[in-house]
Amino acid sequence: MRLTCPICGERDRREFYYQGEAVMLERPAPDAGDAAWDAYLHLRDNAAGETQDLWCHEAGCGSWIKVTRNTVTHKVLKTELVAK
Amino acid sequence: MRYNALQVLKEGLFGNRGWKPVWRNPEPKSEYDIVIIGGGGHGLSTAYYLAKNHGLKNIAVLEKGYLGGGNVGRNTTIVRANYFLPGNSEFYSHSLKLWEGMEQDLNYNAMHSQRGLINLFHSDGQRDAFARRGNAMINQGDDAVLLDRDGVRAHLPYLDFDNVRFPIYGGLLHPRGGTARHDAVAWGYARGADQRGVDLIQNCEVTGIDVENGKVRGVQTSRGAIRAKKVAIVVAGRSGQVAAMAGMRLPIESHVLQAFVTEGLKPCIDHVVSFGMGHFYISQSDKGGLVFGGDLDFYSSYASRGNLPMKEHVMEAAMTLMPMIGKARVLRSWGGIMDMTPDGSPIIDKTNTDGLYIDCGWCYGGFKAVPGSGYSFAHLIATDQHHEPAAKFRLDRFRTGRGLMDEEGTGSQHNLH
Repeated sequence: MRLTCPICGERDRREFYYQGEAVMLERPAPDAGDAAWDAYLHLRDNAAGETQDLWCHEAGCGSWIKVTRNTVTHKVLKTELVAK
Repeated sequence: MRYNALQVLKEGLFGNRGWKPVWRNPEPKSEYDIVIIGGGGHGLSTAYYLAKNHGLKNIAVLEKGYLGGGNVGRNTTIVRANYFLPGNSEFYSHSLKLWEGMEQDLNYNAMHSQRGLINLFHSDGQRDAFARRGNAMINQGDDAVLLDRDGVRAHLPYLDFDNVRFPIYGGLLHPRGGTARHDAVAWGYARGADQRGVDLIQNCEVTGIDVENGKVRGVQTSRGAIRAKKVAIVVAGRSGQVAAMAGMRLPIESHVLQAFVTEGLKPCIDHVVSFGMGHFYISQSDKGGLVFGGDLDFYSSYASRGNLPMKEHVMEAAMTLMPMIGKARVLRSWGGIMDMTPDGSPIIDKTNTDGLYIDCGWCYGGFKAVPGSGYSFAHLIATDQHHEPAAKFRLDRFRTGRGLMDEEGTGSQHNLH
């Protein structure tokens, strides 16, 4: 699989570190309670199909990238920088 | 029909025309006491032990494809009890004991071969860690022998002992570890369950789970609605989707794990061997193929196929450890869908829905757990009490943070196991 870094262009998958579902971007408030933190840290939709996840271009520019891809076909549909 | 040696001889002489199908192919009834979703190793062993240990009869196993067609039909077949942490330790110990009596119990040849498993270590620190693991195994009542370099050489003379980058310091030998014929385990449990009256229903995909007032009422399937007092989800990599039918999100991400088989060779690798400095482990099947694998590709996937970088890593590790297999030709590789939990340990628990139970999160180690998982899950379903060896496999351990079992010590986070 190859991913397109918005800064560096299309690169080998080995340059990227996989963090997990993009739910990681929605950090709850510190006092949001057990359930909210459990949902944020552990619970996952784990979709078979289109999903959004976070990758870091650690062997490249170091930027965090939100990748929209299909988990059944490995097709990458969209990549965008997390930082606006 | 009970199998025996005389019968095999007789059938051999008369052209093997007397064998009968070993399980029925029944139509689903409209109602069961217990419906098990998933006809893989764990689902079939759960059905078997529900019938055998708890005397329950009115049970159906619903399988969307054919019995044993998922991960139990494609894996690296390793059976071991070399876990370190309380929770895992007693569970896998119990499971290994069940393995040791399984073939007699099922009257089915699962080709369980306790050929010994050797985890190699390559530094002083790694030796200390394995010595500690070995002590934990012995404390649990299982077996472990710490081998030094010469001890490893006596067992595995074909390794590259001259490698200066990753010198072999020794290995932890688990003599009761080994392999088994993966399909036979599923078939043996299927036959045993069928003989005890369990309906094994294939080509029956569950499309919905009916819940009323917080209690499970049954399932919708591709072959009609089936009512049930209790429903058990045992669907490995598909746990997320089936649980979603009951409105649940699970602490699970499905990842791809690759494995490889070479052409058949004469016997050359007598044990199960794992490399301590890269992701590579290997055994030789009774048919002669070298069966080996590595680590996850490390991103969520349902594609049932992996990527080239992990293949490259596994082949490199193989050549580093045992250059003698360099000319063996790889016949096939595959990618299984692994239900990964944040801490790398499984879940056998009730859910928030009354009468709905779940057994999942076996990560890349579900095969050896087939007997133990079925035994403990059947106990939970039948009695509503956790079975002692599996009592720590709680669903809520991630929310509470109590009782996490992070065997690798890397942290309880989805992308680390």
